[in-house]
Order: sequence, then C-alpha cells, then structure tokens
Amino acid sequence: MNRNDAWIRLDGIEKRFKVATRTAGLKEATKALFARKHTIVEALKDISFSIGKGEIVGYIGPNGAGKSTTIKVMSGILVPDEGQCSIMGYNPWKDRTEYVKHIGVVFGQRSQLWWDVPVIDSFELLRDIYAIPEGMYRDNLAMLTEMLDLEAILKMPVRQLSLGQRMRCEIAASLLHSPKLLFLDEPTIGLDAVSKLAVRNFIKRLNREQGVTVILTTHDMSDIEALANRILMIGKGTLLYDGTLDELKERFGTGKTVTVDYRGRSGPVAIEGTTLIEWTDERAVYSFDSEKVTLAEMVTRLSESVEVVDLSVSAKDIDEIIVQLYKEHQI
Amino acid sequence: MKAYASIWRLRFINGMQYRSAALAGMATQLFFGFVFIMIFAAFYSNGSGDQPISLDDLITYVWLQQIFLSFIMLWFRDQELFDLITNGNIAYELCRPMELYPHWYSKLLAQRFASATLRCFPLMAIVFIIPEPYRMGFPPTWGSFVLFLIALALGLFVVVAISMLIYISVFWTMSPVGSILMIAVAGEFLAGMVIPVPLMPSWLQPIVYILPFRWTTDFPFRVYSGHIPVAEAAWGILIQIAWLAVLVLAGRALMKKALRAVVVQGG
Repeated sequence: MNRNDAWIRLDGIEKRFKVATRTAGLKEATKALFARKHTIVEALKDISFSIGKGEIVGYIGPNGAGKSTTIKVMSGILVPDEGQCSIMGYNPWKDRTEYVKHIGVVFGQRSQLWWDVPVIDSFELLRDIYAIPEGMYRDNLAMLTEMLDLEAILKMPVRQLSLGQRMRCEIAASLLHSPKLLFLDEPTIGLDAVSKLAVRNFIKRLNREQGVTVILTTHDMSDIEALANRILMIGKGTLLYDGTLDELKERFGTGKTVTVDYRGRSGPVAIEGTTLIEWTDERAVYSFDSEKVTLAEMVTRLSESVEVVDLSVSAKDIDEIIVQLYKEHQI
Repeated sequence: MKAYASIWRLRFINGMQYRSAALAGMATQLFFGFVFIMIFAAFYSNGSGDQPISLDDLITYVWLQQIFLSFIMLWFRDQELFDLITNGNIAYELCRPMELYPHWYSKLLAQRFASATLRCFPLMAIVFIIPEPYRMGFPPTWGSFVLFLIALALGLFVVVAISMLIYISVFWTMSPVGSILMIAVAGEFLAGMVIPVPLMPSWLQPIVYILPFRWTTDFPFRVYSGHIPVAEAAWGILIQIAWLAVLVLAGRALMKKALRAVVVQGG
C-alpha cells in the first residue's frame, strides 16, 4: 500500500500538555497560589502510521501511554501541536463538522446517552443531529436492535440500565448514521464475559458484513486476540510496534510449556534443551523454547522412556507477551 | 436546523420533569414579590416629591421580574454543561457534526424556556387577581404589549449570549464559581434586579445604560408598563439587536479559541 493514498494516514503527530504540579502540603499549596510550576508532558511523540480500509486495528499500550490522545486527535477532538493527519481525505480537526459525519466514536468511560430519558429518545436526537434519512434510520435501528439485542431496553431510561446494557446502547448510538470508520476507546471495560463476547461478535460481524473499519483501544488482550488482525503498540507517546499479532507471538511467544501425564516411571526424565519445572510419579511439566527444541523431538524423547497417557501444550499467554514487550521498551 | 430544534425539544421535555422545583420556585417568587412591593410601597408613602417611576409601574416591574425570573436571571446555571467541560465529556459533543456554540446556545435557551413555561402561567393567574395595590396592571396599549413581547424575547437571547461567556470561561478556569459570582452579582445589579434602574442614583444610570445588562430586564419591563413610550421602545429594540450581535460574535470567537486549546480532561 502506498503511504500517500492510504485511507488513514498520520504523519509525525505530536501533542504536548502543560500540567500544573506541586508536592503535597499546605505550604506548597500556598506557594502555588503565587507561582505555579508547570511541567510539559509529551503525550505523543512523532506518531506516524497508516491504516487501510476495512482493517480492524488494535491499539494497545499501558495506562497513560497516549492511546486515548491519539484517538482524540484522529476523531477531531484534539488539535495536535505538530504533524499531519488525513482520514478519508479530511483533516480531522480542520474539517471537523464535515468529517465527523463519517465516523462513529465510543468512549467506554463516558456516556453519550441522555441520562434521564429512554434510550430511544437519545437515538432520535442523534438521528436529527446527523440528519439521517428516515429509511436509513429505520433500517439501521432494526439491524442494531437485532444484532445487539436491544429490543427490551430501548424504552428504559438510561440511568436504569446495567453497564453491559448501556454499553450495547452506546455502541448502537455510534452506528446509527452508518459511519465507515469506528473508534472504540475501551469498549469492553467493566463488562462481564457474556456482554464482552456479544460486543466482540458484533464488532466482527460489522466489519465483515458492512466493511466498517475499526480502531479499538483496550487493555484486555483477549479482545485483541479475538478481533484485531493488526496491532499498534504505543508507550510513553512513541509508537513501538506495528504488525500482526501472530508476528508478535512468533517473536516473543516462543516459550511453551508441556504437561505430560504418564505411567511406568519413577525417576525424572531429563530432555536436552528443556527445563523440568515439576515432577511427580504421574505428571511432569517442562518448559521449552520452540526455536531450540521442536515439540516432535520432545514427544519422541518422552515416549522412549515413559508410557504417555496425556499431553498438553500451552503457549505463552498473550498478556505475558505484552508485559515482556513493555519491559523490553522500559515503559 | 432540525438538529437544534430536536435538542431543544429533548431539553424542554427534560426540564418539564422538575415539577416540585417549579412549585417551590413559585412560592419563593410570590414571597419575594410581596416583600419587594411592601418595601417600595412604604418608601413611596413616606417619600416627598416626584418619583421617577409610579408605584403602579413599579409593582408591574416587580411582578414581571418574578414571573420571568428564569428568562432573565444570570445565575441560572446548567451544571451539565460545566460538567461536560471539567470532566471531559465534551469529547462526545465535539464528535457531532455541529458547531458547539449554537449547540449549547439552543440547550441553554430550551432550559430557560422549560423552566419559565412551568412557572409563568400559574404565577400570572395569581398576580392578576390579587387585591390592590399588589395586583399587576395591564399594558396601556396593544403597541406596548407587542413591543414588550419582542423586547422580552430579545432580552432572553441577550441573557443566553452573556451566560455563554460564563460557560466558555470555564475552559480556562475549570471552575464556574468565580465567573458566575462575578457576572451574576454585577450583572444582576446592573440589570435592575435589585434596585429598579429608574430609582438608581443619577450618576449610576449612564453607566447602566451603556452596559448590556439592563436590556435584558429593565428595558422590556418598562416597555410593558408604558414607562418607556412606544417610539423609544422601537429604538431600544434596535440596540438590543446590536448587543446581541456583538455578544454572539464575541462568544463564537472565544469559543473557537478555547477549542483550539482544549484539553479533554480525563483519560
């Protein structure tokens, strides 16, 4: 893909915040009345990437890394200090009112629904705000109601909804105007397993059936595993990794563990290139690096000396990989 | 336009829910109306010489103040808008295909309308039938009445334009307390809410006349009672329009500046 005609392109985006700081205590607070100390926090440093139409991109990084700031820049809410950004041919902050007609945004920690009135009232307000034609509104509402199972909750006031119900409504609210690009900032935060799965399946279906491009930030690596073909990792305002999840796993996730249940052996079996973690008369746990010893070799060596009853292999958890990656970059 | 009408409608529906607040408000306003009128009546019966405004006109002035309180009071605040700015929920407002200034303007307008609608009709029914001297008078001519309606509407637009400046200031100050206190105390006094403008000392009146505040309350109310004659009232309406234009343009420019520097609070 040529970088210049990419659907979404960010080039050298920088954003700095001025933060007032002082240490605790009355004396310091009094001092701060007269002379305030400011620190400049570099929230984004030279962020560049491009995303093609129809992709699902996971945007990850520890708290305070700059994920939300990037989303806000990309959705036209924040004006960056430096850099260029072009999305669908628009400059998000300069062409804000025109541009936002084509995007949907969900901030998992905020609400766009009117608190005291039934959900459907908020939806109708959005219909008028986005000037959605009546036919399109009806079709979209019917589709979203079915896909997100909203039928029973549309007429309830927002304040009486559970978090999972509200989040489904929030997501529906962001899609009423058929946006081509959807930003999800922590859409699964605080949701139970059932709601999480429902939200994930919906996002997948939306991407597959309607070709909606999705950019999502999350701390839940299983979200990423289930959804994103590509991940961008940011730490301390710098882009650290851009690639597929599989590549990441290959690079960092070569450590595996094997658990073997067996009969007919009373002493430990040592296998070259592996570490024996646990040993009993029925079970042993080995950890090994799949780049040094193949699984086939291990199984052969084991079955030479014991009668294998059961065997399970587990790869390193994606969370562990991410922690390792954060450590490597010291973030 | 449909979008603004829609926001207006939902806001209005929302505001109409606060029935008990409206009842309590009405009781308070009746109480204050009576107290003010008693004080002024006492002054007038002991005063010597000509007063700059007749007691009847003054009583009408007081009642109109109480009836349309939610149209004209500057400290009428919309906590939700302040919260939007200080906790960062403004993020959602900014990803709508609308300019923020007219968006918020219509919200504020609707809120005042809802509150006034709930209170003004019952209050009117009361103040037109209570015994003299507390009873409220009618405008002297139909001309005065029509001009009063126009002046009241424009006054409302001016009040909302002034209060928009308070909301915009919060982008920088992060707390509405200071702005509200300053504008409300000074603005309220200069609008003639505490002492009717005709009763102010003569050195103060020129100052009051060059500021926008009196055009929101003092002016429409005196048009109603005929204290400001029709011809003068027509000129006054032009001045109201001029103030409205200045305040809206200033507000929009400041809003633009605020949004360029906006920091969306929270993660």
